[in-house]
Amino acid sequence: MSVPLTLLGLLEREPSHGYDLKRDYDTFFGRGKPLPFGQVYSTLGRLARDGKIVMNEAEPGDGPDRKRYVITEQGATEVNAWLAEPVTPEPNLQSILFSKVVLALMLERPAEDYLDAQRAAHLQRMRELTEIKRGGGLVDGLLADHGLFHLEADLRWIDTTVARLDALRREVRR
Amino acid sequence: MTIIEARGVELAFGRTPALRGADLAVRAGEILAVMGPSGSGKSTLLHCLAGILVPQAGEIHFDGRRVDTLGENGRSALRRDRFGFVFQFGQLVPELTAEENVALPLLLAGTRREPALRAARAWFERLGLDGLERRRSGELSGGQAQRVALARGLVARPRVLFADEPTGSLDSLTGEQVMDLLVGSARAEGTTVVVVTHEARVAAYADREVIVRDGKVTSLVHP
Repeated sequence: MSVPLTLLGLLEREPSHGYDLKRDYDTFFGRGKPLPFGQVYSTLGRLARDGKIVMNEAEPGDGPDRKRYVITEQGATEVNAWLAEPVTPEPNLQSILFSKVVLALMLERPAEDYLDAQRAAHLQRMRELTEIKRGGGLVDGLLADHGLFHLEADLRWIDTTVARLDALRREVRR
Repeated sequence: MTIIEARGVELAFGRTPALRGADLAVRAGEILAVMGPSGSGKSTLLHCLAGILVPQAGEIHFDGRRVDTLGENGRSALRRDRFGFVFQFGQLVPELTAEENVALPLLLAGTRREPALRAARAWFERLGLDGLERRRSGELSGGQAQRVALARGLVARPRVLFADEPTGSLDSLTGEQVMDLLVGSARAEGTTVVVVTHEARVAAYADREVIVRDGKVTSLVHP
């Protein structure tokens, strides 16, 4: 998650105060990992320094923070480019697990048991996400779906690997 | 408390072994997913547990009683009175309306037609099927037909619901709706569920899962 670009995106929606930005970030993107105020303001400071946002003069108000942040044309261009660019696929996402499997086979350890343990951990997480889906609203449900589809893809990889363990064993023990 | 159990179950189709000493204990009220690759023996295990197939070796126990030693009539009565079923393709009777399909287990158990249909209709609202009572299976979408099949599986308040790939013929969103209803209804009724699936997303609705590989059952140990 890119905090600067996400905050820029929120500012493209409408000019905001730092407090409102943090609230919206935490609601839609933080999900249990709220953004510290310090990080909000340091990020806004850098975005302003780089010409991507400007600060309006302080407004009279009750709270200590009444500065409104407004996105610049440069900032809006950056948000557009970021949104349109596909996220880099990560073909080596499984590298740690794959390394463990290969090493286990090389060292004559029970690779299938390790993969079963991984499968159990994945299924447990999928169960938790399914519960969130069943009890939550649309935003929580869609976020849970995102996690579920990724975990499901990992599990398919685990299934395929389990089915080919004997062949892989022969390959790595040459 | 264990409600249904397989002990050392073996079964071969001709020379092809399907189960080679399968052990499984299902606790009362739990929702258990039986996973495994195609041809691993998971559906055969479900059919043995449900008294559809009789193992060549080993034992099946339900509620403290041997099932595998019962004759065809005894197993048939058990399936009718204690078990419910949902299969991959709803397997509704095409000549009957949706409500008659749902009422079928009650009619077969001797309930008179009107009370049976009344009990069946109560499930239509519960599963979001209002207005579809008089339709025949050919006039239902895949998801609707599977919900009708679910209602039929639960209408007689079975102790155990056996579901074999219940979402296998549905798209993922419809499949999730069916699983959501299946799990929600089973929990509300206190029904034990044994669901065979190769889909992790379906298994994630269960309390626990086991894997069948080469005709044997492996329980996953959760971290």
